Amino acid sequence: MKNIFKREPRAPLEYTKSLRLRAWILGVLIFLYTPLFILIAFSFNDSKRMIEWKGFTLKWYQKVFENDGIREALANSILIAIACTLVSVILGTLIGFVLWRFKFPMKGILESGLNLPIVVPEICMGVGVLMFFSKIHWPNDLPWPLNLAQITIAHITFAFPFVAVVVRARLENFNQELESAALDLGASQWRAFMDIIVPHMAPGIIAGALLAFTLSLDDFVITFFASGPGTVTFPIKVYSMVRFPNGGLINAASTIIIVLTIIATVIAMRLQEQPKKNT
Amino acid sequence: MQNWYENKRFFWGTMLAPTIWFVIFFVMPMALVWIYSFGENNGLIDVEITGTFKNYKHVFDRDVLQVLWQSIIMATIATLVCLVLAFPVAIAMTFADDKTKSWLLLLIMLPFWTNLLIRTYALISVMGAQGLINMGLLGIHNFLLGAGLDVGTFEPKQLLYNKTAIIIGLIYVHLPFMVLPLYAALDKLDRSLIEASLDLGAGHGETLFRIIVPLALPGIAAGIVITFIPAMGAYLTPDLLGGPNDLMIASLIERQFKRANDWPFGAALSFLLMYITLIFFALRSYFEAKGGKVSTGH
Repeated sequence: MKNIFKREPRAPLEYTKSLRLRAWILGVLIFLYTPLFILIAFSFNDSKRMIEWKGFTLKWYQKVFENDGIREALANSILIAIACTLVSVILGTLIGFVLWRFKFPMKGILESGLNLPIVVPEICMGVGVLMFFSKIHWPNDLPWPLNLAQITIAHITFAFPFVAVVVRARLENFNQELESAALDLGASQWRAFMDIIVPHMAPGIIAGALLAFTLSLDDFVITFFASGPGTVTFPIKVYSMVRFPNGGLINAASTIIIVLTIIATVIAMRLQEQPKKNT
Repeated sequence: MQNWYENKRFFWGTMLAPTIWFVIFFVMPMALVWIYSFGENNGLIDVEITGTFKNYKHVFDRDVLQVLWQSIIMATIATLVCLVLAFPVAIAMTFADDKTKSWLLLLIMLPFWTNLLIRTYALISVMGAQGLINMGLLGIHNFLLGAGLDVGTFEPKQLLYNKTAIIIGLIYVHLPFMVLPLYAALDKLDRSLIEASLDLGAGHGETLFRIIVPLALPGIAAGIVITFIPAMGAYLTPDLLGGPNDLMIASLIERQFKRANDWPFGAALSFLLMYITLIFFALRSYFEAKGGKVSTGH
C-alpha cells in the first residue's frame, strides 16, 4: 500500500499504474468505507452520544446480548435465513438444472419470468405478498416459529431465482458426457444426478446458499410488508432503532452483522474463483 | 440439451416443485396486484374489481406526477454519478493483474453484500448533526476560535433530510451495482483494438470515448438499468435520509397500504413501477443486441 502513488514507467494498457486512476479509486473506496468504519469504531465508544470519543468499551456488545428485543429479532432473522436458504437451494438448484438441461414448450417465458423477482423493485413484490396473504386469509396469530412462515415464503420466492442463476453459470462448463457415461454404466437418472451432477454444481450451490442467506438476512422492504403484527426481524428492529438512536447499541448489533457478512462474502468469492483454476 | 418428452419422469421430477412455487408465490401475488389496480374501494376494507381505469388516471394528478418526476430525477442523477464514479474503477479492474483484480472485486463486493439498512444508518452517522462531517466542522470552528477569530457559535449543518441527502444515499447504496456490469463488459473487450487505436495516434481520451465506450455500451446499458431501477424504487433511502416532503414513488406506494388505505391506487402505482422496469429491460436487451454487432464487426 505504501507505494500506491509511486510513479513507475508504464506500458500503454497498464492503466492501474496511472496516478490519477489510483487517486480516483482511493476516493471511491474512501466514500464506500468511511461510513462503515465510523459505524464500527463507534460500537466501541464509551459514550451515549455519537459525537465524542470517550474511550474503548465492549459494553454495547454486552447490551446487545442482554437486550431481549434485539436477541429475539436476531434469532428470528437467522431462523428465517436458514429456512430460506435450505428451500431456496433445493428449488434454485432444480430449476437451474432444468433450464440448462431440457428444451420444453414455454421455456422462454419461464426463464424470463424467473428473472422478474431479481429485477423488480422490492416494493412491488412486497405489495404483492401483502395482498396475497391477506386475500387467502393467512392466519396472523400462529405460535412461534410458525408466525415466521409468511416472511420465509416471501424470502424464498425472491432468493431461489438468484440460486438458479449461480448454479446455472456453474453448469455451463460441465461435461455432459460424464452424465451419459454414468447412465451407460447402469446408473439410474436420479443416481447420476445426485452422484455426478450435484457434486459438480457444489461450489455453485454453496455460493448460491450464501447468497440466499445474505439476501434473507438483508431484506427489509419485503419483510416489512409480509410480516404480521408482532413479528420482528433484525432489519425491522434496526429500522425502529434508527428512529430513536440509543448510543452504540445499533452500532454494535450492526458490526456483528457486518462481520458475518464479510465472512460469508469471502467464502462465496473464494468458491466462485475455484472453477477458473481447475479448467 | 434434451427434449423434455425424451425423459419425462426426470423432467417433471426436477421441474415441477420450483415452477409451482414460482406460480403460487410470485405469479399469483403479482396477478392479484394487477387485478386490484382495476378495482375500487368499497367501504373500509372491501375492494370491488370494477375494471375501472380510475386508479391509473389518478397517477396523472399533479401531486402524484410530481412525486413520480422527483423519483425519476433523483434516480437519474444518482445513476449518472454512479456511472462516472464507477467507470474508472471498472477500467482499473479490467487492466489490473490478477491479485489486484480480486482485491478490488472483494472491496467493491463487500458493501454490496452488507445490509442496506446498516449502510444507510452508517451514512447517517457520517452526515448527521452529530456525525463525522459536523464533528470536523466543529473542530475547524474551535480552531478558528482558538486563533482568536470571531466566528460566532457553532451551528451543526443540517446535511440530512433533504433531496441531496437522498441522492447521496442512492449513490452510496447503488455504486457496486454499477461497477460489476461495467467490469463484466470491459473484461470481455478485445484489447488489440485499444492498442491499435493508441498505435494509430489517438490519445487515451480519444481512445476512451471512440473505442472503449462504444464497445462497452452493452455493459453501460446494463449498469444503468441495474442501478436506475432499484434507485427509482428505493424505499429505505428516501424514508431515512429524506425530509417529510421528499417523497419517492415507493414511499407513496407504502402510504396507500398503511396510512391512506387505498389498495387499488397502491396497486396501480406498483404496476406503473413494474411497467417502467420492463421498458428499461427491453431497452437493455436492445442495446445488448446492438453492442454485440459492434464488437463482432471487425
